[in-house]
Amino acid sequence: MIEINNISKWYGKFQVLTHCTSKVDKGEVVVVCGPSGSGKSTLIKCVNGLEPFQAGEIIVDGISVGAKQTDLPKLRARIGMVFQNFELFPHLSIMENLTLAQIKVLGRSKEEATAKGMKLLERVGLAEQAPKFPGQLSGGQQQRVAIARALAMDPIAMLFDEPTSALDPEMINEVLDVMVELAKEGMTMMVVTHEMGFARKVAHRVIFMDKGEIVEDAAKEDFFGKPRSERAAHFLSKILNH
Amino acid sequence: MTGDLDFEIVGHTLPYLITGLQYTVQLTLIAALGGILFGTLLAMARLSSMKPLAMLAAGYVNLMRSIPLLLVIFWFYFLLPVIIQSVMGWERPPQIGADRSAYITFIMFEAAYFCEIMRAGIQSIAKGQVGAANALGLNYWQSMRLIVLPQAFRNMLPVLLTQTIILFQDVSLVSLLNVTDFVGAAVKVAQRDSRVVEMYAFVAVVYFVICYCLSILVKQLQQRIAIIR
Amino acid sequence: MNLSIFLEQIPDGDGTWLQSLMSGLGWTLATAFFAWIIAFSVGSAVGVARTTDRRWLVFLGNGYVELFRNVPLLVQFFIWYFVVPGLFLPVKAWVTTLDPTQHQFVTAVVCLGLFTSARIAEQVRSGIQSLPRGQRSAGYALGLSQRQTYRYVLLPMAYRIIIPPLTSELMNLIKNTAVAYSIGLVELFFRTREMGEMTFRYFEAFAAATLVYVVIAMSANRIMALIERRTAVPGYIMGAK
Repeated sequence: MIEINNISKWYGKFQVLTHCTSKVDKGEVVVVCGPSGSGKSTLIKCVNGLEPFQAGEIIVDGISVGAKQTDLPKLRARIGMVFQNFELFPHLSIMENLTLAQIKVLGRSKEEATAKGMKLLERVGLAEQAPKFPGQLSGGQQQRVAIARALAMDPIAMLFDEPTSALDPEMINEVLDVMVELAKEGMTMMVVTHEMGFARKVAHRVIFMDKGEIVEDAAKEDFFGKPRSERAAHFLSKILNH
Repeated sequence: MTGDLDFEIVGHTLPYLITGLQYTVQLTLIAALGGILFGTLLAMARLSSMKPLAMLAAGYVNLMRSIPLLLVIFWFYFLLPVIIQSVMGWERPPQIGADRSAYITFIMFEAAYFCEIMRAGIQSIAKGQVGAANALGLNYWQSMRLIVLPQAFRNMLPVLLTQTIILFQDVSLVSLLNVTDFVGAAVKVAQRDSRVVEMYAFVAVVYFVICYCLSILVKQLQQRIAIIR
Repeated sequence: MNLSIFLEQIPDGDGTWLQSLMSGLGWTLATAFFAWIIAFSVGSAVGVARTTDRRWLVFLGNGYVELFRNVPLLVQFFIWYFVVPGLFLPVKAWVTTLDPTQHQFVTAVVCLGLFTSARIAEQVRSGIQSLPRGQRSAGYALGLSQRQTYRYVLLPMAYRIIIPPLTSELMNLIKNTAVAYSIGLVELFFRTREMGEMTFRYFEAFAAATLVYVVIAMSANRIMALIERRTAVPGYIMGAK
C-alpha cells in the first residue's frame, strides 16, 4: 500500500532524512517511534506529499508521491491524516469540518456528506457536538473529531502524526481507544507516537528512527523482545520506565 | 510613449529642488523630535491614574487621529495667528508663514501617533519594572525617566523610525499651502516650465529611493534589537 | 461662532453652504467606497501571493507593496493625474473624453485604491502568516487544492483576525480622500476650504468638517465592531494562537 524507497531530505544543508526505506502493507498497522528531532514526523508528512523530499521515491497505492505529474490533492484525498494539534478549522462548526472536503473534493451532496459525518461522529461518540465549534470542545474531543474528519473521506490508509502528544494525560485514552478500534477493523495505519502501550496492543511492526535514519524496522514481538540496536534499546528503556 | 521628454530640466533646477528637500528634511527631523517628546508626555498622561488627565489626552489623540492631516495643516495655519494674538494680547494677529506654522502643526499632529507607539512601549515594560523600581524607593518620575522610558524607547525605536519615514512623506502636503518643500519646489518648476511629467516622475523616484533605503535600515535595526533581546 | 452661515446661499451658486459641504461629503464617501473595493480585492490578491511558495509571486508582491509604500500619497496623485496620461497616449486619449470631474474622480479612485491595496496586502499577509502552519497542511491533507485551502480554510480566519487593522485602513482611506483636493476633486475638504475662502468664516467651516470626519471615524469603528461581533467564532479567542 505504502512503499518508502530510499528517501532523503534536506533543509538547506541540514539533512533531516537519510536513505529511509520501509513499507506498510494493506491492513497493516505500523508504529513509528524515536526521540524528538529524529525525523519521524517529517517522514510521515512525506508520505502524502506535505513535505517535499529530494531523493528517493514513495509509492502510495501504485502512485508516485514525488512525481511531477501526480495529482497530489487527489491522492491526499484518499489518505487520511491526523495532526498533533488537531488542526480543526476553528471558524467551521464540527459538522462543517467533517463535510467541507467531502463536498468540495469528493463532490458529495450536502445531505450525503452530513449523513456520513453524523455516522462518524456517532462512532467517535460526539454526535451531540455537531453544531458546536472546535474552540468549545476539549482537546481529546477535538482529536476524535479530527479522526472522524479524516475517515469521512473513506481513506485507503490513515496517517497519524503524534496524535496524543498535545493532549492532557486524562484525554489520551479516549483518542487511543478510537485508534485501537480502527486498527482492529483492518485499517491500514502509519502512526508516529510515543504510546508504546498502543504499539504493543495493535501494531504489526515498529519502526525506530534516530537522527533521520531508520535504525530498526521489525515485527512488534521482535522490537519489544530483543531490539537489535543499542539506540532503540536505550530509547525503550527511557520511555518504558516512566 | 511621447518622445519629447526632457530630463535636463532636473539638472538645471537641481539647486532649487535641493533647497526644498532641505526644508523637508529639517521639518521632518524637528517634527519627529518634538512629536516624540510631546507624544511621550501624552502617553504618560493617557496611562496616568488621574482620570481627567487621561481622558483629556485620549480625547486629543483620538481627535487628531480621526481627521485628515490636510485639515489639521489648514486649521493650524489659520488659527495659530489668532491664538497667539489672544494669548499675547496683541492688537493684530502676527504674520506667520505657512512654512513656519507647519513646524507646530506636525509636532502636534504626529504627537498623537507617537503617543500610541510610546503607550504600547510603556505598557509592555511597565508591569514588573515599575514594581521593581518602586521597591528600590524610586518615585514616579524617577522610575519613568530612569527605568521605563529608556526601555520603552529602545524597544519601540524601529516603530518610531517607521513612523518618521511616514512623517517624511506626509510633509509633502505642506506644498498645498504653497510652501517650498521638496514637492512644492517641484510643483513650481513644473508649472513654470511646463515640465510636469519629468518633474513629478523625478520626485517620485527620489522619494522612493530615500524611503526604501531608510526602511531597509530600520528592518536591519529591528533584527539587531531582536537579537539583543 | 455663527451657525446661520451654513444656511446662507452660496454667491453665484445654487444651494446653501450646508448643501455644498454635504455634496462634498457625498464625493468623499463615493470615492472611498469605490477605492475600498479596488483596495480590498487587489490587496487580498497581492497579500495572498506573498504567502504562496512561489518565489517570483512573493517577489512581485513584495515589490508592489514597497512601491506604493515609499512614495507620498500626494506625489502618487500627481503621477496618476499628470504623469501617466503624459507618458501613455492611449490613456491620454481616453482621459480627454472625460469631463474634468470624471477625470478627477477616476484618478482619485484608482490612486487611493492602489495606495490602500498595498497596505491591505500587508495586513492580509500577516493575517495568513499568523495562522498555525498546520492549518494549511490540514487543508492539503484533506485533498483541498491550494485555491480551495485559501478560500475555505486560511482566508476566513485571516480576515477575522485582521478586522481591527482593516478598520484603521478604512478610516485612513476616508481621511486620505482629502488629498484628492490637490487634483481638484470637489470632496469634503475642497468644499470646506472653498467655504472658508469665500466667506472668511474659516473657523465655522473647519469646525464643521472636523465634526463630520469625527462622526465618520466613530461610525466606521462601530460598524467594524459590529462585523467583528457578527463574525466572531464561538470558543475561539482572537489574538491567541
